[in-house]
Amino acid sequence: MSDLPSDARIPECGHVPVGSAREKRLAEIWEAEPGWRGWLSTVDHKSIGLRYLVTAFVFLLMGGVEALIMRVQLARPDATVLTPEQYSQLFTMHGVTMIFLYALPVLSGFSNYLWPLILGARDMAFPRLNALSYWLFLFAGIFLYSSFPFGQAPNAGWFNYVPLSGLEYNTGPNIDIYALGMVLLGASTTVGSANFVVTLIRMRAPGMSIDRVPVLVWGTLTASGGNLLAVPAVSLAFFLLWLDRQFGTHFFDVLNGGRPLLWQHLFWMFAHPWVYAIVLPAMGIVSDALPVFCRRPLVGYTPVALSTVATMVIGFIVWIHHMFATGIPALALAFFGSASMVIAIPSAVATFAWIATIWTGRPVFKVPFLYFAGFVLLFVIGGVSGVMTAAVPLDWELNDTYFVVAHLHYVLLGINLFPVIGGVVFWFPKFTGRLMSERFGKLTFWVMFIGFNLGFFPMHIAGLLGMPRRIYTYSGDMGWNTVNMVTSIGSFVFAAGVLMFLADLVWSYKRGPVAGNNPWDAPTLEWSVSSPPPPYNFATIPVVESGHPLWEERIFQDKPSQRRTQLDEGMILDHGREALATRALDGRPDAILKMPGDSYAPFLLGLFSTLIFTAMLLHVWWLALVMLAGFAASLTAWMWPERALGQHEPPGDALG
Amino acid sequence: MPLDAAASQVHMSDGAPLNYFLHAAGPAATPTLYLDWIFTAICVAVCLIVGGLLTVAILRRRPDAPLHQLAQGDSGLRWIVIGVGISVPVLVAMLVYALFTLDRVATPPETPALTITVTAYDWWWKVAYDDAPDVSQRFVTANEIHIPAGEPVRFKLKSADVIHTFWVPKLAGKTQAIPGQTNEQWLQADAPGVYRGQCSQFCGAQHAHMAFEVVAENRADFAAWSAQQARVPVVTNDAAVTAGKALFLDQCAGCHAIRGSDAQGAQAPDLTHLNSRHLIAAGTLSNNAQNQLAWITGAQRIKPDSLMPSVALKRDEAASLSAYLATLK
Repeated sequence: MSDLPSDARIPECGHVPVGSAREKRLAEIWEAEPGWRGWLSTVDHKSIGLRYLVTAFVFLLMGGVEALIMRVQLARPDATVLTPEQYSQLFTMHGVTMIFLYALPVLSGFSNYLWPLILGARDMAFPRLNALSYWLFLFAGIFLYSSFPFGQAPNAGWFNYVPLSGLEYNTGPNIDIYALGMVLLGASTTVGSANFVVTLIRMRAPGMSIDRVPVLVWGTLTASGGNLLAVPAVSLAFFLLWLDRQFGTHFFDVLNGGRPLLWQHLFWMFAHPWVYAIVLPAMGIVSDALPVFCRRPLVGYTPVALSTVATMVIGFIVWIHHMFATGIPALALAFFGSASMVIAIPSAVATFAWIATIWTGRPVFKVPFLYFAGFVLLFVIGGVSGVMTAAVPLDWELNDTYFVVAHLHYVLLGINLFPVIGGVVFWFPKFTGRLMSERFGKLTFWVMFIGFNLGFFPMHIAGLLGMPRRIYTYSGDMGWNTVNMVTSIGSFVFAAGVLMFLADLVWSYKRGPVAGNNPWDAPTLEWSVSSPPPPYNFATIPVVESGHPLWEERIFQDKPSQRRTQLDEGMILDHGREALATRALDGRPDAILKMPGDSYAPFLLGLFSTLIFTAMLLHVWWLALVMLAGFAASLTAWMWPERALGQHEPPGDALG
Repeated sequence: MPLDAAASQVHMSDGAPLNYFLHAAGPAATPTLYLDWIFTAICVAVCLIVGGLLTVAILRRRPDAPLHQLAQGDSGLRWIVIGVGISVPVLVAMLVYALFTLDRVATPPETPALTITVTAYDWWWKVAYDDAPDVSQRFVTANEIHIPAGEPVRFKLKSADVIHTFWVPKLAGKTQAIPGQTNEQWLQADAPGVYRGQCSQFCGAQHAHMAFEVVAENRADFAAWSAQQARVPVVTNDAAVTAGKALFLDQCAGCHAIRGSDAQGAQAPDLTHLNSRHLIAAGTLSNNAQNQLAWITGAQRIKPDSLMPSVALKRDEAASLSAYLATLK
């Protein structure tokens, strides 16, 4: 401690009981203003996390309704429920919604809510950036849907291949909306990802070394790192496309030397890593929550954490497997096909870890357990069909058929939606203070699980029977009638399950049994605080001594001399909004961070960004300039220096 | 024609004309068929084994161990070691098998004697037999590709507009037709027959109705067909035919071509030997006089948003146009 500067503050340590004056003061410091003012200006990670979750679920429902309409059209051959153009817009928006507006944002919701709580921190590293990330996501979602009511939604598929999406073949605003909306959404993802990375590096509680963080943290960290590297490719691609469409540049314009394959490369360089970004945090949810219901720690924490990272790293060198049919030489395809198959190895590590956890534990069959156990099976089915598509010659048949549709739904619903729903049931008591239904929840699971498999498994068969993706209808003599009817029925059963889940959610929010701090007997830090957590998260900064702070009694039962995680006593840090920064690897305390207060600036910055994009869409350039001025003003307000945020105490006011 | 018999036989024998999981008819597809079966078998086995392990793990009876024993007990790591230890060799074997199969189907066993240029359009296929040394033997047709059976054929794939994918599932895997570049693919039909093909890359409104047929026939039949296609059809001087031809030149010739006439449009299928084809509208309707008229007058109903307009015809116009089209044999 001798190297501390002379004016360094030694933080006060102590115990802050609930209801004490100190505790009330802390709550006051961290609470958002009541009413709409607080609603627009709050930077609390818990509010932001819940907003992400709710917004993502609204988008999930919209994408789901789109899917059901398509399934009505496809239930029978030669149906005329939809025109081809309506079908194109529906399947495009279904993909865009589920992949961009549901799958990642819902995981950002969990991570935003949970990270500070499971890391023992008071907030994310950049709370205002966190708020901006949400507002940009919400506005980008609305922007992407803005042309939907006019029948001019994006209509070239979510991967939007040129030249079909170029001006020559797509003259309306459909693709401009998609292009600009994706650039906007990319900004949201980027700032959110940067925030996660810095939070992990700086905001863990003392003692929370890198080998003690829950697997969800590994998943989101890996996904965020992946996003930071992958999103620029797609933002660039969509920006270039917009330039081509609006200003006649020739990046993708064949007549003037542009190359359609450039789009495919840029898009898949982004989109394949993105696939892992939207499953790895969900796999993390399972790795953390499944063991709770097996009443033992996860088997193979280190291999699972490492395989999470390995999956993402390999995920950056497999994008060509979406392009096996584009005429790339066989030798190159052999490389990318091999890399794609290798990804099965880290997946196998995780699978065996989960099964071993169940096998060697003593499972309690609560509702979340059902979702996580069901997930393991869906993960394997989606995984092995992925191995099939990774084999180049086989993919030359499977590619662009319903087999791929089946595969991607097993992956995205099986690995994202099932853990997400299990995760919602699991953390619902933390979010709201109440538990969800147990018996109705089990029934809901079975409806969803059976509906899912009934709906999506036959798609494999449709694919093997040669049914291409994205056809708005088919002739009755192609042999696809039965599989399509079964798929349509299954999709409605599945939808009924989702509705049951939502009904349970609403009912339990009002009437569910009161949960208490730790209803599942879970080991991680978020369960040490009240449900819902107080605005400051932790009255005193915890000092962590293991990866399972709340299970130390049983884990260290035979080691009385082992130090235990300190939850009741620690640094108080109540000179305004303060948090503790720790060092990246070993988690030793490093600095007291002055956290920014609530502010309208993130909302306004998000709003003005969106209005700039709207003006660009409508070609009202002067309006874009005006909005740019608003953007600059918001940014200035955001950055405006505040005395209270100074890192050194003003002289004469030492230790307040 | 024996061809029709063969064609209907193939269609009748299989309710799913694009079913590549049960049928492969040539060396570019058969190794993939076996690969498909073996991979599917392995994958089903993996799902069953993992599903079984999972079920036993969940349901097995176990002693009521106290919590501290569970928390401190078995690290379980041997599960990962054994599980991954078994999975990796299987995966490597699958990978090697896939690479050998890739090698077998990527290139033809012998240099193809015939090269056909297929250009994809919204939403049909132009088929050009343009590698004959004798220019008079070159010709263009649409949506129906004849090949000699028992030998490899090379395809040059181009696109006139957006990206499409050329795919004849029972004969070979798929290859994209990308504007601005020429991709190549080969296929071979071991026996005479009709094999359906389909665009598999979303290419706009009528992606669903962009099919074609590959007709494999023995060398003699193929030579006869080629010679017939290279000829210019003989148009009789019947009054109805003449009126129909005038109507065609007036209404249709902007897009369609008929060799030997003034109709030289290049945006739509060449109709020189229209009646030699099994199907019209890119695999959508079977080809007979009634369907031809239905298509001409109701194209936008049958294929909404396609580039073929619905043409309003009076009764006598329809009759004379039909009479003219009937001469295009």
